[in-house]
Amino acid sequence: MATMNESLYPVLVLIDELKNEDVHLRLNSIRRLSTIARALGEERTRKELIPFLSENNDDEDEVLLAMAEELGNFVPHVGGVEHASVLLAPLEGLCSVEETSVREKAVESLGRIGSQMRELDLVESFIPLMKRLAAGEWFTARVSSCGLFHIAYPGAPEALRNELRTIYGQLCQDDMPMVRRAAATNLGKFAATVEPSHLKTDIISMFKDLTKDDQDSVRLLAVEGCASLGKLLEPQDCASEILPAIISFSQDKSWRVRYMVANQLHELCEAVGQEATRMDLVPAYVQLLRDNEAEVRIAAAGKVTKFCQILNPEIAVQHILPCVKELSSDSSQHVRSALASIIMGMAPVLGKDATVEQLLPIFLSLLKDEFPDVRLNIISKLDQVNQVIGIDLLSQALLPAIVELAEDRHWRVRLAIIEYIPLLASQLGVGFFDDKLGALCMKWLKDKVYSIREAAANNVKRLAEEFGSEWAMHHIIPQVLEMMNDNHYLYRMTILSAISLLAPVMGSEITCSTLLPVIISASKDRVPNIKFNVAKVLQSLIPIVDYSVVENSIRPCLVELSDDPDVDVRYYANQALQAIDQVMMSS
Amino acid sequence: MSLSVSSDCSSSSSSAALEWKFSQVFGDKVPGEDVQDIDIISAIEFDKTGNHLAAGDRGGRVVIFEDKGGKDDMIEFTPRKELEQLDSVVSKHPKFQYKTEFQSHEPEFDYLKSIEIEEKINKVRWCATTNASSFILSANDKTIKLWKVKDRGKKQVKEMDICESVSSENSLLAEKSFVGGRNLANGHSLELTKNMEYGVSSYNGIHNKIACLEDTTLARCQRVYAHAHEFNINSISINSDWETFLSGDDLRINLWNLEVSNQCFNIIDMKPENMDDLIEMITAAEFHPFHCNLLAYSSSRGFIRLVDMRQSALCDRAARILKDEKSQGPKSLFTEIIASITDMKFANDGRHILSRDYMNLKLWDLHMDASPVATFRIHENLRPKLCDLYNSDAIFDKFGCCVAGDRLTFATGSYSNLLRVFAFGTGSEEGVTVTANKNSNRKPHVQPTTRARRSSLSNLARGFYRQGHDNHSTTGNELSYDFNSKLLHLAWHPTASLIACAVGNSLLMYSA
Repeated sequence: MATMNESLYPVLVLIDELKNEDVHLRLNSIRRLSTIARALGEERTRKELIPFLSENNDDEDEVLLAMAEELGNFVPHVGGVEHASVLLAPLEGLCSVEETSVREKAVESLGRIGSQMRELDLVESFIPLMKRLAAGEWFTARVSSCGLFHIAYPGAPEALRNELRTIYGQLCQDDMPMVRRAAATNLGKFAATVEPSHLKTDIISMFKDLTKDDQDSVRLLAVEGCASLGKLLEPQDCASEILPAIISFSQDKSWRVRYMVANQLHELCEAVGQEATRMDLVPAYVQLLRDNEAEVRIAAAGKVTKFCQILNPEIAVQHILPCVKELSSDSSQHVRSALASIIMGMAPVLGKDATVEQLLPIFLSLLKDEFPDVRLNIISKLDQVNQVIGIDLLSQALLPAIVELAEDRHWRVRLAIIEYIPLLASQLGVGFFDDKLGALCMKWLKDKVYSIREAAANNVKRLAEEFGSEWAMHHIIPQVLEMMNDNHYLYRMTILSAISLLAPVMGSEITCSTLLPVIISASKDRVPNIKFNVAKVLQSLIPIVDYSVVENSIRPCLVELSDDPDVDVRYYANQALQAIDQVMMSS
Repeated sequence: MSLSVSSDCSSSSSSAALEWKFSQVFGDKVPGEDVQDIDIISAIEFDKTGNHLAAGDRGGRVVIFEDKGGKDDMIEFTPRKELEQLDSVVSKHPKFQYKTEFQSHEPEFDYLKSIEIEEKINKVRWCATTNASSFILSANDKTIKLWKVKDRGKKQVKEMDICESVSSENSLLAEKSFVGGRNLANGHSLELTKNMEYGVSSYNGIHNKIACLEDTTLARCQRVYAHAHEFNINSISINSDWETFLSGDDLRINLWNLEVSNQCFNIIDMKPENMDDLIEMITAAEFHPFHCNLLAYSSSRGFIRLVDMRQSALCDRAARILKDEKSQGPKSLFTEIIASITDMKFANDGRHILSRDYMNLKLWDLHMDASPVATFRIHENLRPKLCDLYNSDAIFDKFGCCVAGDRLTFATGSYSNLLRVFAFGTGSEEGVTVTANKNSNRKPHVQPTTRARRSSLSNLARGFYRQGHDNHSTTGNELSYDFNSKLLHLAWHPTASLIACAVGNSLLMYSA
């Protein structure tokens, strides 16, 4: 040990810790595996470190996960691409462990390594590994193998390709549903690498097998693959092979399958082309919008805009819009809520006339919905609305909705609407705001719930930013300062925090002339909590105001507070005084 | 039509066509020793292959037994003399051995509701096996946990080898510590510390090498599915897709993904707006053995509802309700209480459901919802005594039931530790009665010192093989029942004619 190089010492500690009984140390060491490898050199990494890791696949899951991840980036450390195959052994073991996250990471790393490997190595080591996994005794190995085919296939010679397709076909019919699920998940990726001639035969037949699976969970994944598969095929093949499947899926007995279709359908439209979309997909989609199961309608409603963007406006108005109208009075609030969050996106698609004529009534009825979530979703997309229908029309309908939300008995709803107020203000302009919303903003400062008061104080600041300090001076500051005389100390605290937020926005001059006197007078408050908050606010004002103001107003006030009978007040006053001294020292 | 059975008890019965013999017992108690409440077994379950058996107890522990498949070994290694003493039956049936145990649940206190949450295991269920590990779901009243039980025996030996012969090609890495001497020399002691870390106890705390090598199984909690049940969990069942499972409490059934422990979906909610309107509770819930979309749940009113999860996200509307519409004798004060189904199981054929209520075992055909295809009376002679049973609360005892893996043969329990086995379609419906009584014909057995409770191994680990010649009575009409000895929990081996039943703190195996 005496001969050891000093610089090698930390590495030796790491190597030591690879074998330590403490998981954290092992984990730490694994995380720095690349450091170890660099120190060992390429040769010893290949001959010693990697074999050691291969045997070490019986560790805790978090250690294995880290190992799987590190090995993915290890190609340079073992001597480059020509030696990449030595990395396969440890990862192969990790591909069959029981913890899903470890397996997934191992497959990901194998994919990364495999895509760099030379064709020869791919055939000699990567593909045999894949075949071993695919024929593995445990389903975990077979599951992992499914995620590797798309890596190996492009590099495989013709004869091997046939075999790989056959193996994949077998995996699609495995006894264990987990394996079939993995095969279904990866079918799209695999299909993308397969030659078009085999695509139409082999892959489509695998796909058809999966669509007829007993297990709903497998069929669900087959639906997910529809779109990616469809995009690979020629439009006419897609129409003849995929379309019937998706149509039958859209009428599946299982609502979960229909739910998936509702989510995916718009992606298929491009693949099958205009004509088939109009003939087949639109009716299927309309059916989904009217599904018995609310979950399916939620999914379908959420995609209305995307679907309409693909269609031409007449079809949208003719077929989709009536359904949208029905959905806007759906019995499930979640459906209405999903609709509310996307409906405004339809406006540009439909054009101004159709929007005002057809969409606006729906929009207005959603804005009056009995459930606050629905109304909130509409209001959150207000910027889109504004572009289409003028502000006058909007404001008439909007105001009652906002006022109602502002007074909702659930504080979370009130909180949500407060957060939209700056957006509303910027959309609606100063005039509208002064008339209608100003009073509301002040009212929130006196809310019963702290979170609302806090948000209201912040809101006041954001409004000042939006409309400028000139405006704030006339429309916010007087009202806010007025409230400083409230009887309730909690409200006074809110105002204090509002003032501290406003000060940086308003700038030094207004702060000194208007805000500071109020704060100074608050230092005479009878409640200690107010007093120490005054100290905190004063401290926050130091960078904003001039040196003379600090010395002439702030410091005397703090000195006075530092003699307060209350210990907390003294503490914060002294903190603030120290801060002043520090600023003085540095300047 | 229904093959309703007369309660006449006089008939002889070779009906189950098999003679049930005592095979094994674990956790035998010394005569005179009191059974500790926390040692009482509260759930048992075989895994899919029948190679493992899990038993949960009131102390929150789960004990695992393994079939050593030792028939051949036994013949090979057992001296001839002993072999002759063995029953021929014995050698062709699975032989279980204590494998490991772990503390699954601890007593907790819910400070919000000010209620104590017992550690008692209500259900154990095996997940799909991967590699050398088994996965087990265990539930107490509120929380479900997923446990990984991993065999580490082989690895340990290997590790020790490496350390002894440092000559392998990865010499650098196998070398002893570079830095100081703090590293442990081999994996052996490392394993021990781990064992303690995860609360896996070893044999009587004597950590000698051999014991350690025998008990190298490591149990680790992988996931905790918590905070989803307001009421007490009575069922967990894994779906045939091996991806999801359900958990049912008194009023609700939730659906989980095994991989996701922070979210579940409520699929059935029987809770009325006003709890005063409560008329029915869920007593058991189970997935269909191979149709992933079907589940059945039984209720306190004696109904079994079959639900198709494909129809809608909320499965409040049942696809089919199995209810016995024929009234059974005159109505009495107790009719409603004894109608409550205490356990329910799908038969492996996927077409039949077995249900147990207080007085009967009923076999249902899913295609016939108006009445069961067969009703087996368990202890009809208790009917006049229902009033006493009500006063002693015995009427609320929850008897379980189980079905054979390959045919329509079932077993359930009764008082006085009676095990009742029935077969459907054999003509006779009386069944076989076995007294699962471990004290019969038992040689006095000297037990070692008192055991350390909870900290160390449960009494189940002290299992030993004993050849039994138990009382065989084919009649169920003894008049004096022992209401303290009741056989509530039992499980049928998935492939063999073997029934495991829990009697107090002991686990008894009967084979035929």
